[in-house]
Amino acid sequence: MTDQTQQAEQVRRSLKQRYRKERRFRAYGILAIALALSALAVLFVDIIGKGYTGLMKTTITLEVTLDPDVMYLDDPTDPKQVRMADFVAPLIVAADKALPGATEEDQDALRRLINPYASTELREALKKNPQWMGTTRTMTFLAHSNVDVYVKHQGDTAYSIKLTEQQQAWVDDLVERGLVDTSFNDVFFTNGDSRDPAKAGILGAVVGSLLTMIITLVLSFPIGVAAAIYLEEFAPKNRVTDFIEVNINNLAAVPSIIFGLLGLAVFINLFGLPRSVPFVGGVVLTLMTLPTIIISSRAAIKSVPPSIREAAQGVGASKMQVVLHHVLPLAMPGMMTGSIIGMAQALGETAPLLLIGMVAFIVEPPTGFFDAATVLPVQVFLWSSSPELAFIERASAAIMVLLAFLMSMNGLAIWMRRRLERRW
Amino acid sequence: MNTMNPSISAEAAEATGQKAAIPVTEDRPEDTVIEEGKTVGKPFIDDPKFKLRNVDVSYAGDRAIKNISLDIGKNQVISFIGPSGCGKTTFLRCLNRMNDSIDICRVTGQIMLDDEDIYTSKRDVVELRARVGMVFQKPNPFPKSIYDNVAYGPKIHGLANRKSELDEIVENSLRKAGLWEEAKDRLDSVATGMSGGQQQRLCIARAIAVSPEVILMDEPCSALDPIATARVEELIAEMSESYTIVIVTHSMQQAARVSHRTAYFHLGHLVEVNETNKVFTSPEHELTESYITGRFG
Repeated sequence: MTDQTQQAEQVRRSLKQRYRKERRFRAYGILAIALALSALAVLFVDIIGKGYTGLMKTTITLEVTLDPDVMYLDDPTDPKQVRMADFVAPLIVAADKALPGATEEDQDALRRLINPYASTELREALKKNPQWMGTTRTMTFLAHSNVDVYVKHQGDTAYSIKLTEQQQAWVDDLVERGLVDTSFNDVFFTNGDSRDPAKAGILGAVVGSLLTMIITLVLSFPIGVAAAIYLEEFAPKNRVTDFIEVNINNLAAVPSIIFGLLGLAVFINLFGLPRSVPFVGGVVLTLMTLPTIIISSRAAIKSVPPSIREAAQGVGASKMQVVLHHVLPLAMPGMMTGSIIGMAQALGETAPLLLIGMVAFIVEPPTGFFDAATVLPVQVFLWSSSPELAFIERASAAIMVLLAFLMSMNGLAIWMRRRLERRW
Repeated sequence: MNTMNPSISAEAAEATGQKAAIPVTEDRPEDTVIEEGKTVGKPFIDDPKFKLRNVDVSYAGDRAIKNISLDIGKNQVISFIGPSGCGKTTFLRCLNRMNDSIDICRVTGQIMLDDEDIYTSKRDVVELRARVGMVFQKPNPFPKSIYDNVAYGPKIHGLANRKSELDEIVENSLRKAGLWEEAKDRLDSVATGMSGGQQQRLCIARAIAVSPEVILMDEPCSALDPIATARVEELIAEMSESYTIVIVTHSMQQAARVSHRTAYFHLGHLVEVNETNKVFTSPEHELTESYITGRFG
C-alpha cells in the first residue's frame, strides 16, 4: 500500500517536470516563430517604406503657348519643319510665366524643373492636333526626376541636394499653387526601362519574366512529372536508379550560378542560341527547377495509398491505366504545389540570368521568346546599382511588385493544396 | 515429395541447414510438427476451378507458403482460416497474381485456372484479373463517384459500347451487391462519403461489374460492424450460385456460415481441408481442433 502511494507521489513529481519541459519547448517554438515573423516584418516595412514613393509620380502643369516665333515653326503639318522646330523653348517660356520672379539667366534652372522628355511629348501632341498651333493650352508633364525626388521627400535634406535653393523655392511655390502635384505612377507600369528615372517602368521586365516563366513551366512540368512517374512507378529498384536518385538530389543543391555558366557554355556557345533572350533563360531555369519538381512529384506519388493501386489492379487495370487513371489524378495537387513553388524560386532567380546576358538595358518590352529581354529581379539589380536616388526608390517599388507576384504564387499553391487535396 | 522424416519441422531444417527435430509439447499445440506438403482431409475434388500443386511462396528467401496443393471447386465458397501470419492472405493473392507488384516475392509451383497455368510468362495479368476479381480487407473505393467506381472496370475492358449498356451494368452490379436501393439516388456523389459497410458492398459491386469467374475476398468484413457483416455474408451466399468465391476470414463463425469448404492454414502449411461442417464438427488434425476450439489463434 505504501509502495503504491510512494509511486503515485513519484509520478506526480515527474509529471510536474514533464509539464515544465513541455512549456519550455513550446516557448522555444513561439520564440522561433516570433523571430522569423519580426524579420519578415522588418523586411516589409523597410521595402514598403522605401518603395511606396516609387509608385508615385510628380507632374508639373504649365500654360504652354504654342507661339510660332518662339518655336521657329509655321506649319505644324510639315514634318521637315517639325523636326527642326524648338519644342523646349515654349516650355521654358511657360515655366517662366508661371514663376514671375525668374529672369533670363534662369533659363537653364527652369528647364531642369521639367522632364527632358516633355518636349518630345509636346511634339507628339502637336503632330496629332496641328490646330493647336498659336493657341495657349494647359498641359501636364512629368517633372524632372530631381524635382520628383525633392517633392516626395520634402524636409529631408539628403534628397534636395540636386536642386539649387532657387529651384527649391520655385518648386515649393508651385506645390503651394497646386501646379506641381504627385499622383499614382502609371508610367511605372506601362513603360520599359529608361535612362530617365521618371520615365522608367517595369513593363519590359514583367513581360520578360512572363515569357521566361512560360518556357520554364512548359519544359519543367511535363519533364519533371514524367521523370517522377517513371522513377516511382516503372523503374526497377537497382543501383542505376539509386544513382539517378542521389544525383537528382545533388542537382537540387547546385548553386544556381553554375546553371548560368552551363547555359552560357552549352546553349549560347555550343548551340549558338542568341544571348539575352527569354528562351535561353527559360531553359536554364528549367534545369534549376527540375529537381524541385521531380522531388515533390515523387513525394506526391508516394503519398497515394497503395490500396487505391490495388483496387485498380484488382479490377484488371494495366500498369499504365493504374498510373494515368488513379495515381496521377490523386498526386496532381501535390505535383502542382511543388511546381508552383519551384516556379516561384525561378521567378526570383537572378544569378544564372546575368551570365546568359539577360542583364541588358531594354527599353521596349520583348514581343517574343527570342527578343532581347530582362526579368524583374535583374531589373531590381540594375536599378539598385544606379547612383541616382530616383532609381533606388524604383528598385524598391520593383521589389514590391516582385514580392506581390511571389506571394500570390505561393498563395495559389496553398489554396490549391487545400482545395484539391483529397482525403480517404 | 514427402521424403522428409515426419518428426522434423521444416523451419528448423531450414534454419540449421540440416534435419533437426523439435520436441512436441502437449501444452502448446502451435508447436505441433506439421509434415510439409501433407494435408489431411479432402484437398482434391472433381472438376475444380483452380488446381494448385506444390505452391511455394517466399519473400526474399523466407518461405511464407510451404508446398501447398489444393483444389478450389467451381461455384463454391471456400474459406481460408488460421492464426495471424499463417499465409492465408499471401496464398489468396497468388490466385490473381497480386503478389507480382512485390519485388522480393517469388512464387513457384503450379496454379492452374481452368487447366491453364496462370504463372507462365506469356500469361496476361490484366486478363487474369478480369477473370479473378478481388475484394480487399479495408474498403478501398476510388475517390470518385459511386457510378464511376462500378463503371471503371467495364470501361477499361470495353465491356460496354453505349452509355445505356454501361448504366445497365452499373445497376445490375449494384443490385447484386444489394446496394442499389441505397445508392440509386446518389450515383454521382463521392463513394468515400458512404459508410464502411456500404463502401465494402460497393467494392464487391465493382468486382462483379467485370463479370469475373472467381472473386477473392481478403477478410472482407474485418472492418465492418455486425449488421454490415451480415449483409455481406448474405451477399456471399447469393453470389455463390454464379461465382467461385475464395474468402479469407478470421471469424470461424463466418467461415461456418458462408462456405462450402474450409481450409485451415498454419505457419505456411495447409493443414486440413474438408467440407465446412466436417472441419467444424469433426476435425481430423489436432491443430485444427485446437484452433477451432479456441485453444490458440
